[in-house]
Amino acid sequence: MNLKAKSFQIRQDVLDMIYRAKAGHIGGDFSVCDVLVTLYYHVMNVGPDKVNDPNRDRFILSKGHSVESLYCILADCGFFPKSDLETFSQYNSKYIGHPNNKINGIEMNSGSLGHGLPVAVGMALAGKMDNAPYRVYTVMGDGELAEGSVWEGAMAGGHYKLDNLTAIVDRNRLQISGCTEDVMHHDSLDERFGSFGWHVIHAEGNNIDSLIAAFDEAKATKGMPAMIIADTTKGCGVSFMENKAAWHHKVPSAVEYEQGMAELKAKEAAANE
Amino acid sequence: MNKIANKQIICDVLMEHAKDDKDVVVLCSDSRGSSSMTPFADNFPAQFVETGIAEQNLVSIAAGMAACGKKPYVASPACFLSTRSMEQGKVDVAYSHTNVKLIGVSGGVSYGALGMTHHSAQDIATMGSIPGMRVYLPSDRHQTRKLTEALLADTDPAYIRTGRNPVEDVYEEGNVPFEMDKATVVCDGTDITIIACGEMVLAAKQAAQLLAAEGISARVLDMYCIKPLDEAAIVKAAQETKAIITIEEHGPIGGLAGLVAQVVMTSHPVKMAMMTLPDAPCVAGKSQEIFDHYGLNAAGIVAKAKELV
Ligand SMILES: Cc1ncc(C[n+]2csc(CCOP(=O)(O)OP(=O)(O)O)c2C)c(N)n1
Ligand SMILES: [Mg+2]
Repeated sequence: MNLKAKSFQIRQDVLDMIYRAKAGHIGGDFSVCDVLVTLYYHVMNVGPDKVNDPNRDRFILSKGHSVESLYCILADCGFFPKSDLETFSQYNSKYIGHPNNKINGIEMNSGSLGHGLPVAVGMALAGKMDNAPYRVYTVMGDGELAEGSVWEGAMAGGHYKLDNLTAIVDRNRLQISGCTEDVMHHDSLDERFGSFGWHVIHAEGNNIDSLIAAFDEAKATKGMPAMIIADTTKGCGVSFMENKAAWHHKVPSAVEYEQGMAELKAKEAAANE
Repeated sequence: MNKIANKQIICDVLMEHAKDDKDVVVLCSDSRGSSSMTPFADNFPAQFVETGIAEQNLVSIAAGMAACGKKPYVASPACFLSTRSMEQGKVDVAYSHTNVKLIGVSGGVSYGALGMTHHSAQDIATMGSIPGMRVYLPSDRHQTRKLTEALLADTDPAYIRTGRNPVEDVYEEGNVPFEMDKATVVCDGTDITIIACGEMVLAAKQAAQLLAAEGISARVLDMYCIKPLDEAAIVKAAQETKAIITIEEHGPIGGLAGLVAQVVMTSHPVKMAMMTLPDAPCVAGKSQEIFDHYGLNAAGIVAKAKELV
């Protein structure tokens, strides 16, 4: 499968859904899109036929506000009909603005930042206890790293040497109030996670090949959990959204929608050539 | 239609005071936009502290600053302040008795379709259960202004919940009856009393008008002061009217309903009906859709009132 083209197709679905619902977090959806595409179409042992398989890989979207990308991927993978997403964010829909495990394919609820890593530690520990073959994955935002619970989880992951656990940081350097380094800086992430007992891997987070190599390295790492710092661009794919804090949860106008769609379609076509 | 959200009024009042009082400080956790505090951050950068997405740190830092003479106003979504940093509120604010005012914004179900992580339909219960923590749910922007001014004049811990979007005025500009820690009588009546807080006060006021047209005289109490509760106003209502309805944007456990019932049952028992959100994740939707879904509106109150009298 051409994953690069797939990521631009998914972004179109996301743009459609957000434009229709007039709600969503498009900036983070687009920065994390390639990570999710790589996980769901290449790395993880998951699928609609495996939702009750005890050996399926486990995934938690810790930065739950990027649920639109996750929904569109799950629908594309056949976990539920794509038409279900027409109710996204509408009255009485289960397709709400954060992951909801009443939906097929979603393991855990999230939306309050700083929960994914400790929960993933719990899943990885359970896997070790059961000698189960599954691996656990979670994606955090970089602004999210200010939560103390992230570091408590990191401490436990290192302590228990959970080599069945891979965490990813969507390092787009933006959060709601602006640049992460101005709001609460966390440069030297390598040293920080390294000193907590994690094998730190760098990846170009909007480059599928780079991500595949990073996940391969994470899988091959023994005796410690792996932390992939994925350098990404918030809003990646639509030029006027890129690297702009305002696009964290802005809803595109009609003109912006057309322009964004045209760009994404062109990029999908180019990737298919 | 009023376009000014209650949380924006809090920012306005704080800016008015921050000019002359350098000890007035605001702390946010990547929440200056959502809590309407951007003007404060821009105009008073030396009196503004950003902690990043770290609500526990946020509340403890505020407590430390208060212990050294500052007057911190912590502005962050109600859902996180009332659960994630509840222990910081309990220990560092209430127990150590520091002069910290916790402003929970976009409270109740006003985050709508963002789901239960973002709802705070439990904040009266959690924050109210903390010894020494006062709890306020103002109804409109005019009352929010009076309340914020009153809070600036004292040095005790408090938690204030406001909603996300502008709401219709309950009171008229220039005619805003307000006495600190006393329920406001929105309208008087003799058959039944409707006790409401926050955004439900408007529905109660509308219900009283509908009931009047049907010959039922309803008193409406705006119980913005959940804690300390205005017990005298409740006892008086129980004595003077035949039944009491409570209505709140909160779950059924540990909210206004239970607090009022405790007073009624131990003073002057009368029939009561309690209108609340469910003890379950709320449906997705805009605030009004969610209220309507659970009958938390004027029509719902009217129906309940007719059952009672
Ligand atoms: C505990 C908690 N605090 C605050 C929020 C509100 N919030 C939602 S997204 C966000 C910014 C997230 O920034 P980042 O983690 O960098 O995510 P990304 O840039 O990938 O969107 C904030 C503060 C939240 N969801 N949870
Ligand atoms: Mg970010």
